[in-house]
Amino acid sequence: MKRFMAFVRKEFLHIFRDYRTLIILFGLPAAQILIFGYAVRTDLTNASIAVLDNAHDEVSSELIMKLEASEFFTLSHNIKSYSEIDEVFRQGKIKAVIVFPEELSARLTRDGNVTVSIIADGSEPNTASLVTGYTTAILNDWSATLTNKVTESLPVINTEVKMYFNPNLESQFMFVPGVITLILILVCALMTSVTIVREKEFGTMEVLLVSPLKPWQIVIGKVAPYFFLSLVNVIVILIMAWFVFGLPVMGSISLLMAECMLYILLGLAIGILVSTSVQKMENAIFISFLTLMLPSLLLSGFIFPIENMPKGYDYFSMLLPPRWFVEIIRSVMIKGSGFSFVWKETLILVLMTVFFIVLSARKFKVRLGEGGK
Amino acid sequence: MAAAEAYNVTHRFGNLTAVDNVSFSIGEGELFGFIGPDGSGKTTLFRIAATLVIPSDGRMTLFGLDTVRDYKELRNHIGYMPGRFSLYQDLTVQENLDFYATIFGTTIKENYHLIEPIYKQIEPFRKRLAGKLSGGMKQKLALSCALIHKPKILILDEPTTGVDAVSRTEFWEMLSGLKAEGITIIVSTPYMDEALRCDRIALIQSGKIMGIDTPDNIRKSYTKRLYAVRHPEKYKLLLALRSLPLALSCEPFGDSVHITLPEGTRPDDIISILNTAGLPDASITEIIAGIEDVFLELMKRES
Repeated sequence: MKRFMAFVRKEFLHIFRDYRTLIILFGLPAAQILIFGYAVRTDLTNASIAVLDNAHDEVSSELIMKLEASEFFTLSHNIKSYSEIDEVFRQGKIKAVIVFPEELSARLTRDGNVTVSIIADGSEPNTASLVTGYTTAILNDWSATLTNKVTESLPVINTEVKMYFNPNLESQFMFVPGVITLILILVCALMTSVTIVREKEFGTMEVLLVSPLKPWQIVIGKVAPYFFLSLVNVIVILIMAWFVFGLPVMGSISLLMAECMLYILLGLAIGILVSTSVQKMENAIFISFLTLMLPSLLLSGFIFPIENMPKGYDYFSMLLPPRWFVEIIRSVMIKGSGFSFVWKETLILVLMTVFFIVLSARKFKVRLGEGGK
Repeated sequence: MAAAEAYNVTHRFGNLTAVDNVSFSIGEGELFGFIGPDGSGKTTLFRIAATLVIPSDGRMTLFGLDTVRDYKELRNHIGYMPGRFSLYQDLTVQENLDFYATIFGTTIKENYHLIEPIYKQIEPFRKRLAGKLSGGMKQKLALSCALIHKPKILILDEPTTGVDAVSRTEFWEMLSGLKAEGITIIVSTPYMDEALRCDRIALIQSGKIMGIDTPDNIRKSYTKRLYAVRHPEKYKLLLALRSLPLALSCEPFGDSVHITLPEGTRPDDIISILNTAGLPDASITEIIAGIEDVFLELMKRES
């Protein structure tokens, strides 16, 4: 145990002495969160909207003027019928279409409430939610200035929001689970494979092997620090997501951390496997990048929804751990689901972890070169 | 019991035979040198001895323990220093030594007496990163690390390559000191002059051992009379001697050319020939063969 701890201590020294490792470990997650977070625009100025005015009365004209007068919107189209909605959205310039019903003013006086539809372009979820929010606010503002003489109450303009292209309006903070997935696979697999291969490349592995250290002590000793640092990383990302973007964890935090630990373990196992197959650090970086980073970026559903993938890719993505992990962490973080909803994905990750640990344990050599087991 | 024994050890990398049917027996407490040029198979042989490589054929034992079968037990008793500097460059001198002491289950204090003569010299720099040490100091640190667990056998692969002359001398003095402690030392070197410091040496070339004996006996095995010819214009001298049908062998060495002569030829004959060839100030003296002379002679015989 003392030997093992000395090994872990040495590993921490390596990490803290190498500023590049530190940057990758802690700078990168912070940078990614900020880049992804702020690349999603959070302010709204002069968004182009279109109006389908079925009422053509004084209320609708006034509301249109109100909308146009605000700095948030520019009225660029007046459309005549529902059939044109699809066309203006496809042109892509219009962020939302506001539909006023027939007899707007009359119904408002008679019933005291009326429903205005806001149809927003859901392919830009962030803008869409801003547009609908601002529109609703402007309409409510206006109605608050009136008092219905008949019912002695405020007339209400209800808004009915519909999303075009992305009816469920996936959260704009979907990137947080993606970033966690990406960072973990990067830190775990890439860094561990590099750190083990570094010992081979500098010849220190030779000396380690000729010591009474057992292979598992060498491997676990090398990866243990990364396990802890990865956990710290997850916590940093979650705290940043909360304080910078106001995204709390909806589900159980302990479940989330447990799932993260499982995924970290999986990443480490893959890293060890990569390290047993290469002799040079560049190769380790290359292989990790090609087989882990790119697929987890492109095929995990982090950037491109899995539903939109061609059939083959869909099946292929099932082989990739990130796909399942993104699924789990989305459910737990954003939907607040419990374990009963993610046990299937968790089981798949457990099986993958066991598979990679067994495989890398079999491949780890107690000797040099092609010497065998 | 022998400290190290090899029985027909052969190792191949694809078509290349790096170690070719090598056998030897090294006694306990012996300082044994493998002398040979780069690429002669020394490193592979040492890795086999250090339990790091399984030989393609044959087997090797250290203290009666098989390097393949009993590698776990053996690894407690081997001090191994690979050819390349292989300590952690981003750790300090002290941290490196501490680390190796701990993984071998000992402490610096426990075996300090063993490393003291060596470590004392680098102790003033113990807070310095190992990567920032000079070549000679790196070797001393590496030796300290290889020694810290009081191994029964030290396997040192070219420990003095790339080290300055003064440090090399110091290093060999340290090895003599360790030998006095009863530690068996196997060392390899491409420098023929270092061979004289070993108890016995093996001359190795293309994976084959050409001869094993004490340095003195190796030198005595050179049966021909050997002469050193000197002249200020060494290159001209070499060309002139090479063109002589009289000289049997003719090798440049430092400031002279070593030649052997056929029966009946006298050294004076050479001088007069050189005189007529436009090299009037040449001198010739009979010398005792060095290790390198033997090595070159054996090499020729092999091919």
